[in-house]
Amino acid sequence: MITKRIIPCLDVRDGRVVKGVHFQGLHDVDSPVALAEMYSAGGADELVFYDITASAEGRKLFTDILCQCASKVFIPLTVGGGINSLQDFDRVLKCGADKVSVNSGALRDPSLVGRAARLYGSQCVVISADVKRVDGVFTVFSRGGRDNTGREAVEWIRRCVGEGAGEVVLNSMDADGVKQGFDLEMLRCVSEAVDVPVIASGGAGCAGDFVTLFRSLPRVDAGLAASILHFGETTVSDIKRTLRDEGINVRF
Amino acid sequence: MTGIIDYGVGNLFSLKSSFAAIGEACVVTGDPREIRQADRLILPGVGAFEDAARKLRATGLDRVILEEARRGKPLMGICLGMQLLFDRSLEYGTHRGLGLIPGTVAPIADSITPGLKIPHIGWNILHFVGKSGIFKDVEEGEHVYFVHSYHAVGCEAYTTAVTEYGGTLTAAVQNGSVYGCQFHPEKSGEVGLRILRAFSEF
Repeated sequence: MITKRIIPCLDVRDGRVVKGVHFQGLHDVDSPVALAEMYSAGGADELVFYDITASAEGRKLFTDILCQCASKVFIPLTVGGGINSLQDFDRVLKCGADKVSVNSGALRDPSLVGRAARLYGSQCVVISADVKRVDGVFTVFSRGGRDNTGREAVEWIRRCVGEGAGEVVLNSMDADGVKQGFDLEMLRCVSEAVDVPVIASGGAGCAGDFVTLFRSLPRVDAGLAASILHFGETTVSDIKRTLRDEGINVRF
Repeated sequence: MTGIIDYGVGNLFSLKSSFAAIGEACVVTGDPREIRQADRLILPGVGAFEDAARKLRATGLDRVILEEARRGKPLMGICLGMQLLFDRSLEYGTHRGLGLIPGTVAPIADSITPGLKIPHIGWNILHFVGKSGIFKDVEEGEHVYFVHSYHAVGCEAYTTAVTEYGGTLTAAVQNGSVYGCQFHPEKSGEVGLRILRAFSEF
């Protein structure tokens, strides 16, 4: 049977990996290529690279860094940030990305998901959503969490999956960076609403949070982690060992 | 020299990089002359069967591949490239494949417990059901990376590895010097590189 995936997430700005608390107060962590190699050697099942400033400032992804990572790391790579057109898909796919994650670009032009899925296949198109509770409603934010789109999250994600998105990354802005565990309530709503893999993002504080995630929500397929890994508080293999000891199926 | 066949389908960057990582020479090419000169061939592919089959025929590379494979040159199809080796696919209609391995490519939905997510995406275990040279350095139970909604059926005599996903799915096949992997060796970490290295020795 398929394993639960542990996915380090590398937020990249100016060629470096950064991770902020609530998307602010970013701390420089390390070189993306060095981190990617370290995580891959340590058992990461996949890697996600986000250019966190691209959608706000129109900055192009650092495709040379992506190329370097894809030349050294032979696990699936997802790239996001600044993906606004099919040309952007083409650009990152040619540099070794396997999946392309769209967020603000899809909010600006909802036809992007469907067009990309028809051209590259659903397996290539990931809808990533930054979601925060606003007056008790799960609300989608764009531009790296800055703009409230007013869209209700479950409806938006379901629509994108209907258009052909093959995977969902749900990033809870409420849980992001505070290391108090994943946002189980939000993840439950989304994972029950769609039939494609759902990747939990935001809130991982320790290996036990992944156990809680997969125990509570068997329909969630993968967990993303950034700060706890980048700052060395835990490792991918620690997380996996903990999961295995708890009877959760992981790759070793 | 391994020839990675470029017919406008799929992610060739990672495949090319994997060969560099194992120190094996390769060329990404759509040139029939280079394909004929290569010692062994890889047929990659992602996306839809019909579109890929049409591209192979439009470029005339289908005939080149068939000639080379019939001369006994080692050929490995990966993912959609593996599916193209079969007689036919039932993906959105019925479409003819290269016919190098008897069998049909059918929806995995017909082979698995209802309710499981499709595509079958992620790391799953290889179970060997026959011997194949490409797995000489891989152990039973190791994980490889899959992304697919269709798999080969009716090819039991040629199946060398399967994987379990609410049912049995065809993971790898072999017919003489023609090999197929439904998973992506170039995305399966160390295990995948071992498979590509073994193929490079043919």
